[in-house]
Amino acid sequence: MYFQDLNFVQGVTVVEVELCGIKMRNPTMLAAGILGSTAASLNWAGRSGAGAVVTKSFGLESNKGYSNPTTVEVTGGIINAIGLSNPGVQNFKFELEKIDKSVPAVASIYGANEYEFSEIASTVQRSVDAVELNVSCPHAMGGCGAAIGQDPKLTASIVSAVKKSVKIPVFVKLTPNVTDIVEIATAAEDAGADALTMINSLGPGMKIDIKTGKPILKNRFGGLSGPAIKPVAIRCVYDVFDSVKIPIIGVGGIRDHNDLLEFIYAGASCVQIGTSIMYEGMEIFGKINNGLERFMQEMGYSTVAEMVGIAHN
Amino acid sequence: MHVPKIVEIKEVLEESKTVKTFIFDWDIEEEIPGKFMMVWNFNDEKPMSLSIVDPVNNEIGISIRNVGVFTEQVHKLQKGDQLGLRGPYGRGFHMGGSKILAVGGGIGMAPIVAFSEYASKLGLKVDVVSAASTMNELLFSERILQSGSMLLTCTDDGTHGFCGFGTDLAEKALSETNYDMVVACGPEIMMKKLFETVEDLRIPAQFSLERYMKCGMGLCGQCCVDDLGWRVCVEGPVFWSDELRSISEFGNYRRDAAGIKNKL
Repeated sequence: MYFQDLNFVQGVTVVEVELCGIKMRNPTMLAAGILGSTAASLNWAGRSGAGAVVTKSFGLESNKGYSNPTTVEVTGGIINAIGLSNPGVQNFKFELEKIDKSVPAVASIYGANEYEFSEIASTVQRSVDAVELNVSCPHAMGGCGAAIGQDPKLTASIVSAVKKSVKIPVFVKLTPNVTDIVEIATAAEDAGADALTMINSLGPGMKIDIKTGKPILKNRFGGLSGPAIKPVAIRCVYDVFDSVKIPIIGVGGIRDHNDLLEFIYAGASCVQIGTSIMYEGMEIFGKINNGLERFMQEMGYSTVAEMVGIAHN
Repeated sequence: MHVPKIVEIKEVLEESKTVKTFIFDWDIEEEIPGKFMMVWNFNDEKPMSLSIVDPVNNEIGISIRNVGVFTEQVHKLQKGDQLGLRGPYGRGFHMGGSKILAVGGGIGMAPIVAFSEYASKLGLKVDVVSAASTMNELLFSERILQSGSMLLTCTDDGTHGFCGFGTDLAEKALSETNYDMVVACGPEIMMKKLFETVEDLRIPAQFSLERYMKCGMGLCGQCCVDDLGWRVCVEGPVFWSDELRSISEFGNYRRDAAGIKNKL
């Protein structure tokens, strides 16, 4: 494509990246679970400058999620226990069909077993550019989410089942809430994963109201996201980078282009942005990409790929 | 911080058989009519529009119709009981226009009475159409009259004022008087009809929408409306009529807690 040719023109900085054959105009994606529950909000993120968009996770059947309060702010981010609310794949596929084709779209899917993941992935594969397996939600019910992603064998089994049922790239979103994330990452890679998204929310964590003594979230605990988890995410990406060959999508607390660069230096090929929309609004994508381009020009980098894993040199 | 602040109920007003107003001491900063609070009763949390915004006495109020489990629980609370409030959220009503028609239907009168008081204090002339099913459910009539606004009532059963729908009375008022601004809150079917009327008359108008909400802070996407994805909790709940032209779901459908579309 034209921008690949541009890469060879000396002195030209391009923020375009290619991930598993998917061409993105910049390395920022809307993260799963932030907005993304309708085509309208995904398209808004696209119009605001996201290089790709990831849907909110959906499953085989509709799910109302937990009762409110589902989200509360804490120092450095939020904790949330939305509980994977979604209208079910049969309803959600109509949303997927309305996603603007000019921005790559990734379907974040969840399930409890190989059958559910494969069924959902094959149902939607024609409407999206990739699927991201949510095996890492820290507040999921019924054996979904981190219950899978904390078990390398189960993770591998689900990844390989999905790989057999779809032709599009399969990303696996990992939980940081494990003893050894490298073990899970390599299990996913060995099972055929095309990329790893790291990390899902941390914890789970809690917030208690001291006037009443009550946990604020209805589910009592929820996943921590936002700038507070960035150092953990950077370490996870850094650790896994040396042990896998597949690309890493960095996510966790990115609020400006300096944060993005830390992830790239640690070994991520591109990044996802979510919670910081709370601070910066949808303009965050444009701001970060402008900052990235200026930085690359100043430092003399012509492509994002040149910067991947610099911290390992 | 998006964290509930625990406050004591200062006063409970019985507005009708089904509606109560809960008043709190509150340092007024960004609170204006049309904005809403996330109200936590230590069991569930729901968005509720401000029905009192009093910067002089530093008080806010919310008015709740008893329609379900959450509202039933809140209705049992008394003076001195606690609630958690976070907010204010969203975009409230713009205070503009020299002659304003404010239209409220049912519990949609909550932000409308707050608007009429607030706008009147700013010297704006407000006429209020207050619509209810029956006379005993007409809300806030005394406050509206005290604010200096003209009150036009209507009831479905004709027990008070105009017999018919709020939209019919609003259309009548709009044909008799030159208004340069319309604000409205109520059942969406009512607002949709009023929207079509003000579009024909080319009068700028603001409508307060309601959608199922979870986070209230613009992150979860639950209250995003088609086709542009605007968040009712941030870009709304008050939308201008020229924005409503881009909200194709307005008057047609809304999504439930799972995100499934339900026809209105």
